[in-house]
Amino acid sequence: MDEPVGCGSNCAFVDKHLKIKKLGLGSYCFKKSLWVFHFGGASCNNCDIEILDCLTPRYDIERFGMQLVGTIRHADVLLVSGSINRKCRDRLLELYNQAPKPLLVVAFGACGCTGGIFAEGNTFAGPVDKIIPVDAYIPGCPPKPEAILAGIVKLLNK
Amino acid sequence: MIKELFYFLIFPGMIFSVVVGGVLSWSDRKITARVQFRKGPPFLQPFYDLGKLFYKETILPRHGARLTFLAAPVFALFSATLANVFILLPSVFPGSGFSGDLIVVFYLLTIPSLTYLLGALASGNPLGALGASREMKLIISYELAFILALTAIVIKSGMSLSISDIIAAQQEGGVFAGSLSGVLLFVVILFVTQAKLALVPFDMSEAETEIAHGVFIEYSGSAYALIKMARYVMLFALPALMVTLLLGGFGMEGISILWSVLKLILIILLITLIRNTNPRLRIDQAMKFFFLWMNLLAVAAIVLSLINI
Repeated sequence: MDEPVGCGSNCAFVDKHLKIKKLGLGSYCFKKSLWVFHFGGASCNNCDIEILDCLTPRYDIERFGMQLVGTIRHADVLLVSGSINRKCRDRLLELYNQAPKPLLVVAFGACGCTGGIFAEGNTFAGPVDKIIPVDAYIPGCPPKPEAILAGIVKLLNK
Repeated sequence: MIKELFYFLIFPGMIFSVVVGGVLSWSDRKITARVQFRKGPPFLQPFYDLGKLFYKETILPRHGARLTFLAAPVFALFSATLANVFILLPSVFPGSGFSGDLIVVFYLLTIPSLTYLLGALASGNPLGALGASREMKLIISYELAFILALTAIVIKSGMSLSISDIIAAQQEGGVFAGSLSGVLLFVVILFVTQAKLALVPFDMSEAETEIAHGVFIEYSGSAYALIKMARYVMLFALPALMVTLLLGGFGMEGISILWSVLKLILIILLITLIRNTNPRLRIDQAMKFFFLWMNLLAVAAIVLSLINI
């Protein structure tokens, strides 16, 4: 994992290995037009509301060409929030396998990154990176919209 | 032969239509963003989307008809482009076209919606099938209003079925949208355009928050890029048809190019404002809207144009 970026009380970490090539027109366009599919695990909905904050006039992630899409077939980013329990685990794996590659995976919030307060629970099936490879971690409970933007910028500059 | 291929592939065909349609799609998204007090995407965003989609993997459904699934976007793009060529040629080269090209354009403009629903049914996805059934009902409801409106235009132009004659009739006797029947026709064709483009009051066939993009749910990668291109071309072709039939066509000499661009932008602005100020209708409400009100307006326009008002 890389150096943390300071942004208020929250930080963003980005993993070193990315599955997209750095050069070429295709990967250039890829970084300019990320379509996000949001997978909510056993989330308390707080992270989900912070994600919707990014679409509002104050933050407006459409400036970077990002959109929320409704189906995994159109997605470039799989955004996983909430703790992953035994029921969610198979669904998450299935979604990852159904997605067209290259795909970036972002673990979102304390629960997505580490398990948070649910890490000791008996239905907990591990943080996201134990199930599928993760490209970026955005910790926080919930992360501020500024932290989300900082994580995205780190993801784009990789 | 070379000339026809040039018309189809470069100008006013595929490359030109996709580029102009992409710019119109950007202006649609930018106006939407400004209406919502946001900043909006950068100018090249539609082309970034296309480049990215061609770069991504295409996934075929395991339990579907794969050939139909892959052929549908190709047919959608080709028929939309061909329709656009037939719409724009009489404006670009006055006097070209043939008698009856209005009917050919009418059929070609139906094919993209038809291929979307065929592709969705071929994918074997239940939500895709739901979207396809809604698309089918929508086609049934708006096509009658559209053909009635075209009939009124044919009557107004003195019983001519050729687009270049319709433009010539407007150059002699003033634009059709200037008369009372023309205003009614403008309203009818504007809503038909909205439904054909599947924009918000009539986007129940793709409804991304409800049935997850409906007819396009299984498309990814290059196949979805072709669908996007077909949609960009349709976003250019339908307003261009409105300009040609009701607002006097595109002038191509000197300052009138600017005037043509303004007409196109006016229609895009109207479509975008309708899309931003309305909620999504249910399919039965949309069918009632077209069968009752739009058909009524179109029939009234036919009667009015028969008595030259």
